[in-house]
Amino acid sequence: MRIRTTGVVAVLGLALAASGCGNGSSSSDKPAAQNSATPAAAGGKLVIWADDKRTAALKPFAEEFGKENGVKVEVQAVSKDLQTNFVTASQQGSGPDVVVGAHDWIGNLVQNGAIDPVQLAAEQKSGFNETAIKAVTFNGQLYGVPYATENVALIRNTELAPQAPKTIEELVATGKQLKAQKKASEILCLQSGQNGDAYHIYPLYTSGGGYLFGTSANGDYDPKDLGVGKPESIAAFQKIAKLGEKGEGALKRSITPENSISTFTSKKCAFLVSGPWAIADAKKANISYDISPVPGFAGGKEAQPFVGVQAFYVAAKGKNKALAQEFVSNYVTKPELAVALYKAEPRPPALTAAFDQVKGEDADLAKFAEAGKNGQVLPAIPAMAAIWDPFGKAEAAVIGGADPAKTVTSAGKAIQGQIK
Amino acid sequence: MSTSLSGPGSAQQTPGREPVRSGLPRKSRTARNHAPITATGLIVKVILLGLVAGIATWAAFPLIEAKEWLGLGVLAVTTAALLYLYLTRRHIPAKYLVPGTLFLVAFQVIPVLYTASTAFTNFGDGHRGTKDDAIVAIQTSSVKQVPGSTEYALSVATKGDPATGPLVFLLSDPKTKQVYAGDADGLRQLDAGQVTASSLTGRITAAEGYTVLNIGQASVRSKDVTSLIVPTEGGAIRSTGLSRAYEGKAARAYEAGCDCIRDGESGRTWAADEKTGSFVAADGERLTQGWKVNVGLKNFTRVLTDPNISGPFFGTLAWNFAFAIGSTGLTFLLGMAIALALHSPRMRGTNLYRVLLILPYAMPSFAMLLVWRDMFNTDFGLINNLFGLNVDWFGEAWSARIAVLLVQLWLGYPYMFLVATGALQAIPRELTEATSVDGATPWQSFKAVTLPLLLVAISPLLIASFAYNFNNVNAILFTTDGGPFPADNPRNGATDLLITYTYRLAFGAQGAEFGLAATVSIFIFAIVAIVSAISFSRTRKQEEVYA
Repeated sequence: MRIRTTGVVAVLGLALAASGCGNGSSSSDKPAAQNSATPAAAGGKLVIWADDKRTAALKPFAEEFGKENGVKVEVQAVSKDLQTNFVTASQQGSGPDVVVGAHDWIGNLVQNGAIDPVQLAAEQKSGFNETAIKAVTFNGQLYGVPYATENVALIRNTELAPQAPKTIEELVATGKQLKAQKKASEILCLQSGQNGDAYHIYPLYTSGGGYLFGTSANGDYDPKDLGVGKPESIAAFQKIAKLGEKGEGALKRSITPENSISTFTSKKCAFLVSGPWAIADAKKANISYDISPVPGFAGGKEAQPFVGVQAFYVAAKGKNKALAQEFVSNYVTKPELAVALYKAEPRPPALTAAFDQVKGEDADLAKFAEAGKNGQVLPAIPAMAAIWDPFGKAEAAVIGGADPAKTVTSAGKAIQGQIK
Repeated sequence: MSTSLSGPGSAQQTPGREPVRSGLPRKSRTARNHAPITATGLIVKVILLGLVAGIATWAAFPLIEAKEWLGLGVLAVTTAALLYLYLTRRHIPAKYLVPGTLFLVAFQVIPVLYTASTAFTNFGDGHRGTKDDAIVAIQTSSVKQVPGSTEYALSVATKGDPATGPLVFLLSDPKTKQVYAGDADGLRQLDAGQVTASSLTGRITAAEGYTVLNIGQASVRSKDVTSLIVPTEGGAIRSTGLSRAYEGKAARAYEAGCDCIRDGESGRTWAADEKTGSFVAADGERLTQGWKVNVGLKNFTRVLTDPNISGPFFGTLAWNFAFAIGSTGLTFLLGMAIALALHSPRMRGTNLYRVLLILPYAMPSFAMLLVWRDMFNTDFGLINNLFGLNVDWFGEAWSARIAVLLVQLWLGYPYMFLVATGALQAIPRELTEATSVDGATPWQSFKAVTLPLLLVAISPLLIASFAYNFNNVNAILFTTDGGPFPADNPRNGATDLLITYTYRLAFGAQGAEFGLAATVSIFIFAIVAIVSAISFSRTRKQEEVYA
């Protein structure tokens, strides 16, 4: 009984303390709103949600925006499940005004009515990388302002492999030779894991002739035309199977998202398929590296990586939409912010002016952009959510030696069953 | 609270002492309920009731603001009842029961009822809000810039007080340098001489008869700014932010007459379907923005009849039982064996062993699960490297199952070791000594005396452990993630539990389907409840035998 009483007292005490804090902040808000006639203390409040890394980069700029315009800007870090938390919070009316996230969220955010289209002037739009604008366009509307693009490329250890391979066969030959010479223990570090990784295998899938969704007349992805399970996809997976554990041994399920980069930086494999986020580790490990496009199969199609875009969105149920639009469409479009975000995490800026500015000091950037030039925009349609899991598992099964035709056909059926 | 409440209790048990403490002679049956009032008791009571009143007041404001009258009513009645209960001297049993009941209702009953009610809806991504929300979302997302229309530089202004006066958009065309004022009545041209514009941005900085708001001032009136739409011939001028405006047109609009959405450009209509909570065109095309509706038993029939869900159900259920029983049984056996070994009086340095043995229990299981997953890696994992094996642990169904159980064993045995140690110390040594005097072997004495007595104490914990492991999402999600998956079925893997399988079904498709997830969790709840009820009734019988 005594313990319970103490517990109750503690809980109630905390609740009272919390209520005290709540009252404190709300009472301090009210006078500020009433004093709006004096410009210094005037202004509404803009709340931005971003993940940890971006929050740190955004803060100084958000504060500057606040100071310039006499408004209060709060950047809040949401370190986990930002998208889900944002959707839930906007439904409750307690969400932010602006959110920062990947462009493939757009389909889900739109179907939940969580974001509004952004209207950019033609000359603003033209300042961006075309692929980036295409990525944030959904149902013919622009839904976000992009600031960075990302795609995978082939990163190679130039000590082990001085020449960039032109085809995947060339890569396998070099890798095998290094393995025979005991200079490396793996041919290629392309992460798969037991459940596969659709994002990283995609260049090989496209080179083999596969596709995910066909495109409709207006250039959008069409969920009714599913490419997984079609003969082209089976052919692609047959080629992938040849690289798998029962074939060349270049693709392995034991190479997982966790160990792929570290295996490369510990010089156990000469080739790594990864994105700009792997560069920091490679630099830390003092690897002499170079970046080239992911090679395709000899005589196959072009290997096209997915291009993802990070963007700013205006929340549909934000409390200060006008200010959010002002921030997103007129402030985020400035190159200075893009450069600062690049410095926080080195992904190629989507704004051409910002890209040109940092290109000079960072040669890797241009190489990543080159590798992504022929890339395909990651589909943002809600149906894409149904692809990842079955596609990845089919990949893992094929790499492990399962029959490609049977596996891919049933993956296609599973995906089709999930698409409404 | 404890002081004032313990008064009547002790008075009833030891009536003889009561007059000494209260100083009042006992006269009647009612007088017995009059607890002595002590200073501490009074202070605690005042503070706690003050807290209750304070929390109620704090919670009332947001409820009033949100016009949640039902919630407010519940809050008022609960608070009033609490105050009444603890301010009178009557209703002694209720004084004990009410706080616990309140917490039970708040943290158990309401979530369960909420889950159950969600199971009858289509709540999920694309169906989260009301129909009105969906209509607003469809209309706003269809607003497009009129092709070839002007982009204006915008200044928000007012004729009255900056904080309350009616808003006007002062617009300037950057190309022709013409200036306009626009409000809900329409657009009218202003004389260029009346305004001063910034040469840099083209925005109007001052205009005769208007007070131009700076961004700070305008941002306070965000709602008024976004809702101000200036009608024009081709559409309407809307603000985008606080410094630009464009001429846009909503392509799609809701028509109450046909209860449908009509696209002004193509003439296509999508009729509201209240059964599925979405707007559907004649050819079956669905608008992505839907709303939440009651779907009756649809989720339940889907779980039972959809071959994708019910097909692998029994296989998964069987492994689920094997996993829960295996995790509980193996950890119990190992934990008890170690506890018995350390319980032996001949054992030295038991404290050191005990500390070492509970180490796995002291480490965060999240992290340990991930570490174990990497240790089972075929090429880079510690286990294969250490023993010179080449087992594809998570690649084959049975090795993956064994690996998962091994991890569970490592994570779980310290707990069983701890409780078994505690229970063993409660068994009097005289009993086992008596059996050895009677000539029983240690095994006989263990089987006949120690184990039954141990089980009486530990059975409820074993049932709890079973129920926990039955739904142990982390153990699977962080290690195999349900895999390995058969090549022809990416939905259901060899180590999938019902809960991880459900998770994939409900959240792996086109966005989250909370309705379906709630339905499956009701099924799982039923299974666990039945198993627990049977086990508890058996335990009770056992207790009767050995007690």
